[in-house]
Amino acid sequence: MTKSTMTLRRWFILGVVAVTAPLGDTLLSFGMEEVGPVSIHHLATLFYAFRVPEVLIGIALLIAFFGSYLASLSWADLTFVLPATSIGNVIVALLARFWKHEHISPMRWVGIVLITAAVGFIARGPSYTEMPKPHESVEAQAR
Amino acid sequence: MMVHYPHDAGAEAAMIAAIVVSATVGDVLIASAMRTIGDLDHIRAERGLGGAILAVLVNLRFLFGVVFLTVSFFSLLYALSRANLSLIAPASASLTFVTNAVAAKFFLHENVDRRRWIAAALVCAGVALMTA
Repeated sequence: MTKSTMTLRRWFILGVVAVTAPLGDTLLSFGMEEVGPVSIHHLATLFYAFRVPEVLIGIALLIAFFGSYLASLSWADLTFVLPATSIGNVIVALLARFWKHEHISPMRWVGIVLITAAVGFIARGPSYTEMPKPHESVEAQAR
Repeated sequence: MMVHYPHDAGAEAAMIAAIVVSATVGDVLIASAMRTIGDLDHIRAERGLGGAILAVLVNLRFLFGVVFLTVSFFSLLYALSRANLSLIAPASASLTFVTNAVAAKFFLHENVDRRRWIAAALVCAGVALMTA
């Protein structure tokens, strides 16, 4: 049986999941460009990455992502959380378009529309599949 | 400068499969662990933030999930060093949505109704178009 376990606070946590993952990845990517290529024979170079602010902020955002992702999976289904938080891809694309004035191809606009439709679709449905507790399933079998 | 890698469909399919399978196993193990642990909001209210973090960190299923997600991450890095980003990124990201829906239905026993299948398919197509 499915039910809705969502509150305003929980939607906010899903928002944190959606935004922190793509932003963290983007900042790490910027930061690692500053560090430059890392040779497998000189892995200690990676420690220099911790001096780059973008890398540190990126790591902090990815820690926030993982914490809120775990929290969301404790009160919502995986098949609810993943599509609902995919809106983060759209947010990053829109930031790139309107903040950094990057060009977005028609194909990417179609992708944005599809993801937004999916999020609207999933958000209107139940968020959690209730499992029978062990003693409940034994009682059900006995009946 | 754009780098073009030699095309080897078999090797590319194997790399994409490794990323998708390890990511799906990792996600399912972590989701299963969180379901076993229970609502983190309640645990935090009872035992504080430290208690909630400890409840997660001592769960073996969660730790195995993290191992699989780590394998998936390094498989992605390896694949990106051997094949084109425009193939690996959209294929692995979009396929993972579908495999997660299938795995959640059969292993987590989630009620994946028509609404969720359609949402997974839309996100799969959308992510493929956005990252291609």
